[in-house]
Amino acid sequence: MLTFAILFPLVGAVLIATLPKDQERSARVIAAITAVIVLGVVAYLFIDYDRGAGGYQFIDSTTWLDSDISDFDLNYAVGLDGLSLPLVLLTAFLGLVSVLISWRIELRPKEYFVWLLVLETSLLGVFSSLDLVLFFLFWEVELVPMFFLISIWGSGNRVYSAWKYVLYTFLGSAFMIVGILTLGFTAGTFDIRELAEFGSFDDAIIPAWSIFTLLSIAFLVKMPIVPFHTWLPDAHTDAPTAVSVMLAGVLLKMGGYGILRMSFSIMPEQASDANLVFAVIAAVSILYGAMMTLIQTDLKRLIAYSSVSHMGYVLLGASSIGLVGLTGAATQMVTHGLITGMLFALVGMVYDRAHTREIGELRGLATRMPFITAMMLVAGLASLGLPSLAGFAAEVTVFLGTFERHEALTIVGVIGVAFAAGYILWMIQRVFWGELDPKWAELTDATAWWERGPIIALTAAIIAIGVYPAWIMDLLRDGVAPIAERLA
Amino acid sequence: MDDLHLLGPQLALLIGGGLIIIVDVLLPIAGREAYLQRRPLLSGLAILAAAGSAGWSLVLVLTDERGEAFDGMIAVDDFTLFFNFLFAGVAGVIVLASVDFLDRHRFQGEYLALILIAAAGMSLMAAGTDLIMIFIALELQAIALFALVGISKSASGSEATLKFLLLSAISTAITLYGMAYLFGLSGETSLDGIFEYVSNADENRSALVLAAVFLTAGLGFKMAVVPFQMWVPDVYEGAPTPITAFLSVASKAAGFAVVMRIFLAALGEGIVTTDWAYLFAAIAAVSMTVGNVLALVQGNIKRMLGYSSIAQAGTILIGLAAVAAEDPQLLLGTSSVVFFLGAYAFTNIGAFIAIIAISHKIGSDQIDDYAGVAKRSPLLALGLAACLFSLTGFPPTAGFIAKVYVFNAAVQADLVWLAIIGVINSVIAAYYYLRVVLNMFARDPETDDAFLPSPYLGAALAAAVVGLFAIGIYPTPLIEASESAARVFVFG
Repeated sequence: MLTFAILFPLVGAVLIATLPKDQERSARVIAAITAVIVLGVVAYLFIDYDRGAGGYQFIDSTTWLDSDISDFDLNYAVGLDGLSLPLVLLTAFLGLVSVLISWRIELRPKEYFVWLLVLETSLLGVFSSLDLVLFFLFWEVELVPMFFLISIWGSGNRVYSAWKYVLYTFLGSAFMIVGILTLGFTAGTFDIRELAEFGSFDDAIIPAWSIFTLLSIAFLVKMPIVPFHTWLPDAHTDAPTAVSVMLAGVLLKMGGYGILRMSFSIMPEQASDANLVFAVIAAVSILYGAMMTLIQTDLKRLIAYSSVSHMGYVLLGASSIGLVGLTGAATQMVTHGLITGMLFALVGMVYDRAHTREIGELRGLATRMPFITAMMLVAGLASLGLPSLAGFAAEVTVFLGTFERHEALTIVGVIGVAFAAGYILWMIQRVFWGELDPKWAELTDATAWWERGPIIALTAAIIAIGVYPAWIMDLLRDGVAPIAERLA
Repeated sequence: MDDLHLLGPQLALLIGGGLIIIVDVLLPIAGREAYLQRRPLLSGLAILAAAGSAGWSLVLVLTDERGEAFDGMIAVDDFTLFFNFLFAGVAGVIVLASVDFLDRHRFQGEYLALILIAAAGMSLMAAGTDLIMIFIALELQAIALFALVGISKSASGSEATLKFLLLSAISTAITLYGMAYLFGLSGETSLDGIFEYVSNADENRSALVLAAVFLTAGLGFKMAVVPFQMWVPDVYEGAPTPITAFLSVASKAAGFAVVMRIFLAALGEGIVTTDWAYLFAAIAAVSMTVGNVLALVQGNIKRMLGYSSIAQAGTILIGLAAVAAEDPQLLLGTSSVVFFLGAYAFTNIGAFIAIIAISHKIGSDQIDDYAGVAKRSPLLALGLAACLFSLTGFPPTAGFIAKVYVFNAAVQADLVWLAIIGVINSVIAAYYYLRVVLNMFARDPETDDAFLPSPYLGAALAAAVVGLFAIGIYPTPLIEASESAARVFVFG
């Protein structure tokens, strides 16, 4: 069932690739049907997951490569627990959203949807893998579709941005594979479950802290954390809308997920030792990202920097090395995925109409775009952490969990929230309020079903988590509980 | 007769080569028409010979026949058979890839025959278990290759040939010098005899180290590793592209095969093992770095692949360094080298075939001129992109498994530092490989004329791409073959 969900987008991709040239329009229909089926299956898994039993469920496992002269046995092993299940659901959900908001793509639509579906498979695979080498495989596969999506369908300096994105991630993953191989060699297995039980890596061929560093660099680059963040504003700004949604919504979570699932879970000793380092770089990221938003003139860049700031909360929560903080970190990943995904989708709609993202040029759009404005307000308020919307639940939990351990740094984090209120509201005020510039008098609101549908669904999800966070937080808490236990 | 039976795969290639020359002479030369008509016949003969060679190897595998032949001059074991398949396959694909090139060429018969003879020489290099046999095989392939590099008689081709010839002669002399040391010390030319001596030797260490150094230097030329790589860029650029592919895949693999044979079978145990392992580790680190950095600045795609093949050779050497750094019986290193060579053959040949097809149509080898190829010939561009992604080491291609496998060997041999140098280099490599992909996909072409590769090239490229994905998704068969080839070098 899980394997079906992971691989099904590839089936859709193959179908699209074999379409005749004059049938390019059908590509989007096939992509949408594929994404709906995947979301349906994942939603079924979400409901079917036995919360009482917990742990990994829906496990599919088979030998992929059997080597008899060494420990180089590779397994295909996938499964979901409380931590990965919400992220898989998020991926399937945003996967469908990104297909829908690309409905009107004109340039080479066939290839576009093929890469979008390949991307979805790789992301589902990353969150589901129970084997380190398989995890690494999906982690790397993800780069190929992203490389094409940004460099071909992007805007502005797209080639440079695609390149920067791929090389940053590739450099990080280069270190990660050495870390993975060392772990595997020391423990005699690449199975994440067994590695988590393995205990101390003090007898490894290189010092345990260096393995921990090799592993973590890749994840910190991906999250991204200052000073490894510079690829993100470029990639975000130049990527097509749907790819920005996936990038902010899901791809950054690969970093946070990796930190929790690999670094913290497999090497808890080193993680505990490093908790202050993590807290400091998290606080720096939060503040730096927030301040950078204030000087941005491009809407997408502004939201991109706010992502840097918000992903800092994930790391801050993790640095608490306690159950509450970790739960907050995990929740923040899900809520940030929904909120920032929605912000990027809306900005994309503005850009499609006005053909500019310069904040200085846009003014008074509210009169022309009431729907977009209203939704932007919802997403913006969620982003700055208004109670009853999703962001609040996550951030409060992060602060609650972290305050005990890192008082001062938590306060820095809270200041970041104040900044968020400032830059979000200021941005909305400048772009949507005020007197309408006559040159925008012809702009239209988002009325098509494929624009409104995804946005309303995202809003519903954000409100659902905001009003009753327990349905997803309980699951995440159960997911991170074993990690917190090992850290203690 | 048994001896001949074991030597069948090589004989098939040699007989094929001879037959082609005879047929070529017997056929009348009457005008261009008649000339074109014999191309399919001669190429068909060459492919038949390659297929016959592979088929014979298959018979040897299926009937489980192994053994020594000609009084221990050659050994037919899993290692030999692996390389028999590799060289026969590569020769066959190179013949396919040469069909377009031969269209405009006078020396069809000679060209095809020389490819087969060179392949036979390489195959014998892998099979040889006696220094004399190995030396003869080395010369057999080298002389065939000289002629092939210069066969188009262009100015750059002639310069390349001369350079190749001179440096090859020097390297041969150095190799011979190293062999002479081994013979002088042990009084034996057979690798078994030398092993006997080396594993029990407790003196003459410096002489043995010298022998290892000379052999490394001489054979380093064949493997094309730094600092014995000077010939690579010019020869790669000057030779006909199919021959460049042949050099970069087959000749390199043969170099590694002979190095493994000599160093593992003769010097695999004893007082010098760690010495040459560290020598290989150092060469690997330098080769990867120098090759990659120089590849970065190349504007010509053949030169770029030339430098990148130097870097790849460095990566392969990691596996050899891992063989002895910790434990002489660690099979993983050997197996990873064999596997990498197999995976690399598919990938690199595919890349060269795509380049032959593209450059032929756009009339340029410059990377900048590859702009927008994806619009003009989508499948060809995708094929080349797949090969380049595999060279970079992206999943799910053969290159990914090969990279992980080699680095894994390094980690298990306590060479984490070498693995880290390796992975950093793979990032540098990503930069220049992906630059070609970007040029093809993200930039606009000057003209929109669509083009297709010739069916021969298309078939050869399709085979390579299918192969590299098949290995990437289901690597077990090739891993098992590599492991059984590696097991040949277990002693005691």
